[in-house]
Amino acid sequence: MELINLGIKSIFIENMIFAYFLGMCSFLAVSKKVSTAFGLGLAVVFVLGITVPMNWLLDQYVLKEGALTWLGDSFATIDLSFLRFIMFIAIIAAMVQLVEMMIEKFSPSLYGSLGIFLPLIAVNCSILGGALFMAQRDYSLSEATVFGFGSGIGFFLAIVALAAIREKLKYSHVPDGLKGLGITMFITGLMGIAFMSFMGISI
Amino acid sequence: MSTETLERPIVKKEAIFSKRRKKFVTDPLSDDNPITVQVLGICSALAVTTQMKPTMVMAISVTLVLMFSNLIISLMRNAIPSRVRIIVQLAVVATLVTLVNEVLKAYAFDMYKELSVFIGLIITNCIVMGRLEAFALANKPYDSVLDGLGSGLGYSWIILTVAFFREIWGSGKVFGYPVFEAMGIENFAANGLMVSPVGAFMVLGFIIWIQRTKTGYVEH
Repeated sequence: MELINLGIKSIFIENMIFAYFLGMCSFLAVSKKVSTAFGLGLAVVFVLGITVPMNWLLDQYVLKEGALTWLGDSFATIDLSFLRFIMFIAIIAAMVQLVEMMIEKFSPSLYGSLGIFLPLIAVNCSILGGALFMAQRDYSLSEATVFGFGSGIGFFLAIVALAAIREKLKYSHVPDGLKGLGITMFITGLMGIAFMSFMGISI
Repeated sequence: MSTETLERPIVKKEAIFSKRRKKFVTDPLSDDNPITVQVLGICSALAVTTQMKPTMVMAISVTLVLMFSNLIISLMRNAIPSRVRIIVQLAVVATLVTLVNEVLKAYAFDMYKELSVFIGLIITNCIVMGRLEAFALANKPYDSVLDGLGSGLGYSWIILTVAFFREIWGSGKVFGYPVFEAMGIENFAANGLMVSPVGAFMVLGFIIWIQRTKTGYVEH
């Protein structure tokens, strides 16, 4: 039950885009067509779902204060948490590479559609943001996995919805200075209001 | 390495603030602004801007990280094999951000708590990576530092403007100082929407609109 609640919270209420603005760059840049937005969204779900638990393991057994106790008593006082940033980003870059190779091997058609987006994801704020939030909130392994997938699905929903709206918007007359980024900001704001209505929902 | 071919041949020594170099700093302020024109680094631009103070800290941190990462990558540009350049850039930026994070933790713990993960997210700030890729890999150290400074200032003034409007409408304060009460207006109604993420999108939308109307930039 707790896990379902956390899942719903990370998809709708604490949506990566509308509550924390994470992953805005690719959200704005890759939302011109539904098909590409779909590909990027899927890739984000994939990578977040894998990297957040991976980073949890790393944090729990290497970086946290006292995490190295399994090496022996003399390691019990070591606190490597200042290395979080550099280790997390290294894990993310490595995992993205690995996921890319695995998809290429097992599902060439999916690789074809995700193709160019996978390497880009290594520098997507939402991936590192997910890992940092996980570390900050002291999740357990199962919670971290649910949080990872949930945030990914939240991002997926947001980017596909925005892409659909922008495709329709092509046929309307937008003032010159507002074209592109400006109007997209307003749309995102309005979508944010819609997502605010999910606040307080729990099962 | 393809970067070597991009370098201009040195003809004669340039003044420290020659016209060409001044452009590195002034261009990103308006015509080539990283946020409103190049659409980079939006994430942190919106997340920290509910108040002026954390925004100021964020602006300074990003500008410093931009300048130093540009300098370091530019110094190493001929030694980095292009296949692993992304990893090298990430490592340099992550190290600098860790330094900023530790300094904040030591000297401004409240601010560190308030900004939480967003200092860490400077690593994946597209402005930093974008400037490293587009400029520092192909230019000399001093020029790169100026370019970093320019982009940092361009970023700073936009997020400070967003923060100004969000704070004054959202809570009636500037830098935590109650302006409206000081002017004698007692019952100023704070607009809660401005403090929520929605306000950030709207304010930035208007800034982009105004700025693009002024510069005449149209996106297609």
